[in-house]
This record gives sequence, C-alpha cells and structure tokens, in this order.
Amino acid sequence: MILKLKDLFKYRQLIFTLISRELKARYRGTVFGFLWSLINPLLLLAVYSIVFGIILPGSSGRIENKDITGINYSIFLFTGLLPWIWFNSSILESSNVLFIHGNLIKKIKFPIEVLPVMTVLTNMIHFIFGIPILVLFIIFFGKGVAITPWVLFFPVAVFVQFVFTMGLSFLVSALTVHFRDLKDILANFLTLWFFGTPIIYAFMTPAIQNHKAMVLALSLNPMTHIIEAYHYTFFFGSLPHWKKLPITLAVGLIFFYIGYLIFDKLRDTFVEEV
Amino acid sequence: MHTVIVEDIVKYYKKYSNKHKFLTLKSAIVNRSLFSDLKSSEIFEALRGVSFKVKDGETLSIIGENGSGKSTLLKILAGISQPSSGNILTKGRISALIELGAGFHPEISGRENIFINGIILGLTKKKIQERYNDIVNFAELEEFINNPVKTYSSGMYMRLGFSIAINVNPDILLIDEVLSVGDASFVPKCIDKINEFKRKGKTIIFVSHDLTTVERISDRVIWLKNGEIEMQGYPKRVTDTYLEYIGKKDEKKANKQHEAEKMEAEKNREKRWGTKEIEISKVKMIDKNGNEKYIFEQNEPFAIEFNVNSKSEEKDFVFGIGIFNTEGIQCYGSNTFIENFKSQSIKGTGKIRIKISKINLVNGTYFLDLAAHKRDGYPFDYHHFQYTFKITSVYRDVGIVRIHHEWEFSNNIKIHKKSLVK
Repeated sequence: MILKLKDLFKYRQLIFTLISRELKARYRGTVFGFLWSLINPLLLLAVYSIVFGIILPGSSGRIENKDITGINYSIFLFTGLLPWIWFNSSILESSNVLFIHGNLIKKIKFPIEVLPVMTVLTNMIHFIFGIPILVLFIIFFGKGVAITPWVLFFPVAVFVQFVFTMGLSFLVSALTVHFRDLKDILANFLTLWFFGTPIIYAFMTPAIQNHKAMVLALSLNPMTHIIEAYHYTFFFGSLPHWKKLPITLAVGLIFFYIGYLIFDKLRDTFVEEV
Repeated sequence: MHTVIVEDIVKYYKKYSNKHKFLTLKSAIVNRSLFSDLKSSEIFEALRGVSFKVKDGETLSIIGENGSGKSTLLKILAGISQPSSGNILTKGRISALIELGAGFHPEISGRENIFINGIILGLTKKKIQERYNDIVNFAELEEFINNPVKTYSSGMYMRLGFSIAINVNPDILLIDEVLSVGDASFVPKCIDKINEFKRKGKTIIFVSHDLTTVERISDRVIWLKNGEIEMQGYPKRVTDTYLEYIGKKDEKKANKQHEAEKMEAEKNREKRWGTKEIEISKVKMIDKNGNEKYIFEQNEPFAIEFNVNSKSEEKDFVFGIGIFNTEGIQCYGSNTFIENFKSQSIKGTGKIRIKISKINLVNGTYFLDLAAHKRDGYPFDYHHFQYTFKITSVYRDVGIVRIHHEWEFSNNIKIHKKSLVK
C-alpha cells in the first residue's frame, strides 16, 4: 500500500498537468472565467445569509463569546460553507470521474488512481482561492471577530479533510463503476449530510447541546469536527474543539485505507466496466 | 533477443446477469456480498492461451475476424488491461496507438493538449518542448495549433493524436487499426513513419484488417481465430490462407443469403414484371461440376441455368441477360437477338444454360438480370436485380472488368513479382 502511494507521488507531474487542464478548461469560454470559483460560493452565501440570517434567524445567538447574528452569521456561514463545497463537489465529481475519463482508462495505459486525486485536489484549489475572501470578510466586516494566531492551524484542518475526502473519493469512484445508482443516491445523501453538519448552525448552539442524542449524532459525523476546526480557526479564534481532530484524522486514515483498498481491488475491472 | 515475450495468455470477460445490475447495491449492503457479487457465473473467453515472441526490430502483424481477440491482445500488451492468467515480458518504452487523441480536452488549444497528452503518454515537459515542433509539423497543424481542439476536423484530430503518439519515441510501437480513419493523404505519411521506425530497428506490433498493408510492412503474421493462434509465419502465406478461409465462410453465407433472397423475390414482385406468356423460373448458377454456387473466382468457368415455360406457342421471342454491379452500373448486357439468333417457336418447358468460361469481372458483388421478351420489347418476363453472385480474385484491382494485360520492364528496373503461395 505504501509502495503504491509512492507511485502516486511519482505521477505528480501528471496530476499537476491534469489539474491545470481541469482548471483551464472549466471556465474556458465564460466571461468571468476563473472568477466563477469565487462568485459561486458568494452567491450561495448570499442565499443562505438571507434565508437563515434574515428570514429564519434566532437559532444562533452568542457562542464562545462571539455574536453569531447579522453580518457575523454570514461570516460564520462562509467559514463552514467553503470547506463543505470542497467536500461536496469532490465526492459528487468522484462518482463521475472514471466515466468522464473512460477514454484514458480504456485506450491508454494510465494510472487510474490519479483521477480521484485530481478531482479532490482541483476542488481543493477552488477552496483555497476562497480563503482570502473569507479573511477579508473577517477583517472588514467582523464585529468582535478577528484573525488570530489560531489561523496557523488552518493547514491541519485542510490536511485532515483532505485525507477523509480522498478516502471517500476512492471509495465512491470505484463503487459507482459497478453500482451506478450510487450517483443519484449520493446527490440526495450529500444534501442530508449538509444539514447534519454544523454549517448553517453552530455545534455549540444550546438547541443542540440540550439534546444528548443530537450531540452524539453530530459527533459521529467526521465532517462535524472538520468544519468545527475551521470555525475555531477562523471565527472563534480559540482551541477548544481541536481535541477531537486527531480522532477525526484517525477515522479519516481508516477511510483512506479502506477506500484505497477497494479501489485497488476493483482497479482491473474498470477497463471493462467503465 | 526478444523484445516481447507472451506466454500462455488467457483473458476472459465476465458477463454479469441483468439481475445483478438491479439487485447488487442492496444485496451488497444487506449480505455484505460486494466482492462475491462481482464474480459472475458466465464467462466469455477472449483469449485462450496465446504465446508468441517478438524479436528486436521485428514487425509482427496480427490479423483475424472481428471478435477474434486481436484488440484484447493489444490492450494487454499495452498494459491497459490485465490478462486473467499468463505472463508478458516487454523490454523498453511502449507506445500504443489504440485510439488517437484519447485524453484530448476539447475546450483547450492544440498546443496545450500536446503537452497534456505527452505527459499522459509518459513524456516529461522538457522532452515535449524539444519535440514540439516536430509534432506540430508532422500533424500539419501550424495554423491551427492555438485553436481549441473542439474546432478541429476529425482528420486534424487524428493527425495530432498520431503525431504525439509517434513522437513519444517508443521502443515498441503497438498500432490498432487507427490508420483506417485517416484521410487519404495522411495515411501514406503514417506508413512512411512506421517504415522509418522499422528501419531504426524498433519493434512494431500491428493489428489490422487491411491485408495489403499487413503484407507490405510485416515480417511475420499471426492469425488469431476465436482467441487462439490459428496460424503464424511468412505474411503472404498466412494472409492467403486467411483469405481462403474468409472466402469459404462468405460462400456459405452467400448461399444462405441466396435462399433468403429467393423468399424475398417471391414477395418482391415489382422487381419482376411481364405478361408471363413465357415464364422464367428456377434460376440458378452452377460451377463446372454442376454444383449450385453463387461465389466464383474471376477465372473460374460457370454457368447460369434457368427454365422457360411457354403456355401456348410463341414465335417471336428473345432471351436476355444483364449483369450489374452494386453501384447499379451495367457491366454487361446481351440477348439472343443481338447475337443473331432467330426465334422460331417455343412451347412447353425448356431449359436454357448460359456458359461463361471466364467472367473477368473485378472482385465484388453483382446482380443478375434475366429477361424474355419480343423483339420489339413486349415483355414476357423480366427478372430485375433478382439474383446476386460474388466474384473473388487474388488481385485487388479496381474498375469493372479485369482487362487482360502484362507488365514489361526494362532491365534497369529491379522489380519482381511475389509468388502466390497457395
């Protein structure tokens, strides 16, 4: 397994080339071009801000001594939304990536595992491009929220999310080849998952904390801890939640291991089934 | 030394039942039978124990009918799919021309695609930079190289794909039928390039249906039949045996087809007209031994036989024959009147045989017309496009008839005729 991952490193030039191809091709021919990777989350942010900040407010309040209403709610929302979009798009695209690149799999000797890696990394780059906006938001609009040294922990959260997403991506891309229903199931499942992750609400909201079952359910979701890590890095500027991250990393590694194992086991069937 | 050694390769494909497709996810989750579900009961063997060796610098061609396992074998050699069992040893860099331009992204320019495709094929950026001009020049795409690939014609697309793949500079070149899609001017250029590879002493494995090219470029030919090597050896010998086999198979098919056509003809009355005062029936073609047959060699004697039946006595009658090719061009036509026969009387059933000692038509499928009419054209019975037959020939000459000719060369022209090993 380690040996095979070393191979993956060997293909880095190929991976970089494919990522740059994806990035170049995605917005080729559009007026705003690369700006779309910024406009998209902003539009989503606007929608959620209006719905959950203005139309249906009140679920938040003060948490960890920070006010989560009005513009602060938008910042809070954006903090969780950006990494979620990375996760969500990576998984959705993974379910299709082997089919889209069927030509490469069937007609060229090609290291197939490069494709899910490319998907997750491409979306990660879109995510990274959103971070400066988040930082600017916090600096200019944050009320009692500021960039703190805790921001330096940000790459750790990215790493944990990458490991977990990668594992799922391997799993999903391999399994959809044989079970095509997965694609449709996934789209619905991810919506559910979105609401089951503290993105539009805070994990520490009393409404949740008062229900033991709800706390347990959310805690079993690895994405909860990953998103919370971002919340603490950028928004709350403190450490408390970080304790759960190592466990999440361990879970992520298990997912990665299982995902890659299944991918590797099914690898030889892709040529015939895609 | 051998560049490629293939030992007892077996490849089977699993056929999954339909049920599998609908139930798997559920059963996979419920019974945790994910991997056992992926095993299937039905198995299709594409290759059944193929072994061969290819020497350094040898050009090997693989021929065979559709579904004989050629492409599967090539894909295994290229490392795209894995054999179910058996070993493969290859030495050096392999470039497989299985699908040209696989991996091109339509939205981005030809230039960018060259780099991306090159890297996908295993080149480094630096190597591609070095060969960039060669690639563009060979593909004849200087003017279009900055346009997105989606604006390319299929010919341009193929040229660029071929050009990149060939510039990977492999030690072993695998070619699968890709040349069949190229435009007329580019294909010779590709073949020149392949010949250049040959001269450089590279190993080439070539899969094709184009037997002329196979004979021209290869040192050895393997004939695959149902996933097994049926025959291998000197190109002309193998291709001829193969052609003979295909011919026989076609003959059986043509005979079957003839039966079907008879049925069709019964239904298809508009292909037949006339007053039937004289009726033509039981049309068949026979070889020199009197056996019914509808596929003949160019120089083989055969005959067309049919019955004529006149209910009452007729005094004015002409029998005619016409032969058309598949394009509808009349290759030949004649009748008893043209050939100065003078009709006197016919009554009852008679038999007519037209003996052809040497038809000399080029190879292809032909239609036969038969007619009985009066001198002024009053139709008794016309059979139009009712019968087909096939002419085969060792030569692939074109046109309508093979005009008898001989080649003469002065002494300073070194040219010799390949012997036809039959």
